[in-house]
Amino acid sequence: MRKAFGPIAVLAGVLLVGAPFMVARAPYESTMGLVQKIFYFHVPSWFAMFTAIGVCGVASLIHLFRNNPRADRIAEAAGEVAVLFGLMGLVTGPLWGRKSWGVWWQWDAKLTIALLLEMTFISGILVRKYGGPGSDKLAAAVGIFGLAVTPFVYEAVNIWRTIHPLTSVVPTLPASMGAPFWFCVAAFMLLMVLLLMVRVNLGKRQAALDELYLAYED
Amino acid sequence: MFFRTAWLVLRKDVAIEAKSWEVVTTTLFFAVSCVLIFAFALVKDGRAVGDAAAGILWIAISFSGTLALGRTFERERYSETLRALLLAPAPRAALYAGKLMGMLALLGLAELLLVPLVALLFQASALFSRPLLLAGLLAGGTVGFCAVGTLFAAMLVRARSRDVLLPILLYPIIIPVIIAGVRGTAALLSAPPDEPTAVMWIGVLTAFDIVFLTLALWTFEPLMTE
Amino acid sequence: MRLHRLLIALTLFVLIALPAFALQPPTGQSEFVPVESLPAADQLPAAPLLVTAYAFVWIAVMVYLWSIWRRLNKVEDEMRALAQKAPHR
Repeated sequence: MRKAFGPIAVLAGVLLVGAPFMVARAPYESTMGLVQKIFYFHVPSWFAMFTAIGVCGVASLIHLFRNNPRADRIAEAAGEVAVLFGLMGLVTGPLWGRKSWGVWWQWDAKLTIALLLEMTFISGILVRKYGGPGSDKLAAAVGIFGLAVTPFVYEAVNIWRTIHPLTSVVPTLPASMGAPFWFCVAAFMLLMVLLLMVRVNLGKRQAALDELYLAYED
Repeated sequence: MFFRTAWLVLRKDVAIEAKSWEVVTTTLFFAVSCVLIFAFALVKDGRAVGDAAAGILWIAISFSGTLALGRTFERERYSETLRALLLAPAPRAALYAGKLMGMLALLGLAELLLVPLVALLFQASALFSRPLLLAGLLAGGTVGFCAVGTLFAAMLVRARSRDVLLPILLYPIIIPVIIAGVRGTAALLSAPPDEPTAVMWIGVLTAFDIVFLTLALWTFEPLMTE
Repeated sequence: MRLHRLLIALTLFVLIALPAFALQPPTGQSEFVPVESLPAADQLPAAPLLVTAYAFVWIAVMVYLWSIWRRLNKVEDEMRALAQKAPHR
């Protein structure tokens, strides 16, 4: 895993530097104009967040039922990374919405549940910090429930008529918009993996330090 | 074995509660004060704001439920009975089920008091025009709330800062349940009661309940193994 | 002495209050004038929103990386401190 870090970092760097150029060359959308280009960062952020949530949920399950400290570290890292990408999505979304809907925020199904999802994983971070001993299991439970709520976020916009664009937008993208979009998706996914690896490394060092403390006390 | 254990846990809790009625009376009184606070906060020109009744009902349910959850398990922690329960040769999930039933009974009692009170204070007697649908909404929402709440309250019993952590962990996850409850109740309160919408929201609540109950029953055992 | 302080207080008050009076918003419109469509100058410009969105993404990633780096340094420092203490047990 560690050996892959360098190549992934380089690749992610190349993609992220190239992304704005690809986005600049993409055509304007007919009704929304320039501001629609936020889409190229907004949707990949949510894709990355959902992936991080998936990783967190699965790692939480493994840690809860198998008591695996490595899974716990991955769940902790994935939770933080999910909060980061969710924050990006929650900021870029209103910036786009301000121009195309006229309002910063709407209490429709997708936005509401997305916000709740973000808060769920923030509460996971809080419980790890302030819950005292045993909080790793509590955070694992939060991660699992967060994963259970996630499909509702994705489907919410299809079940209820809302102001938010439908999920059918992505599969029907024309090639001129599809290329920069999937390019950015790849960039964000790699970025997420990179951040995950860095954060897991921090968790490993913290665990090593804790063991040193324990050995020292003996 | 499972249902017998759950029933025994419920009977134990009811027996202890019947001695002093502490949790029941204080929860009910808190629910009423909650409604009153919102009544004063949201009244304009002597009448309540539009759809306030639905929201206030569910806010009162979730706030009094959160308090009741904390206090029910505080009792277990205080007398160290939680360890005794966990040592018992019974399926852990049955303990959860027993506690869940106790919480459902308590919140059901609170709702019996809250619904007429809200209907009275907010001129929302339309709530009673479709009693079955209302009961369905309340049941679905309460089960969802208690399913997740009992699990989190139980697992937080031995954590630090447990009082404030319970709402922090609980609310983001059960807010979809509250939203569904509020929207369904508001549909019942609209000028001709909007039955199809209310039924749809009951369906959503049922889906949430099934998912949350299953997850809670499944994860209770490893969470309580410390 | 008390008169002196009173004079200072009054002067300060006037100095602070004057701009408050001077900078009051202009009196409101007295009548509405309809237009067919907004002139281009009044439409919400998209570029600042776009730039803010992209900038936020970059800054968020940088801040997160910096926070990890800071925490890692703290852990490494503590490890070094502990390793130094250990041989002297």
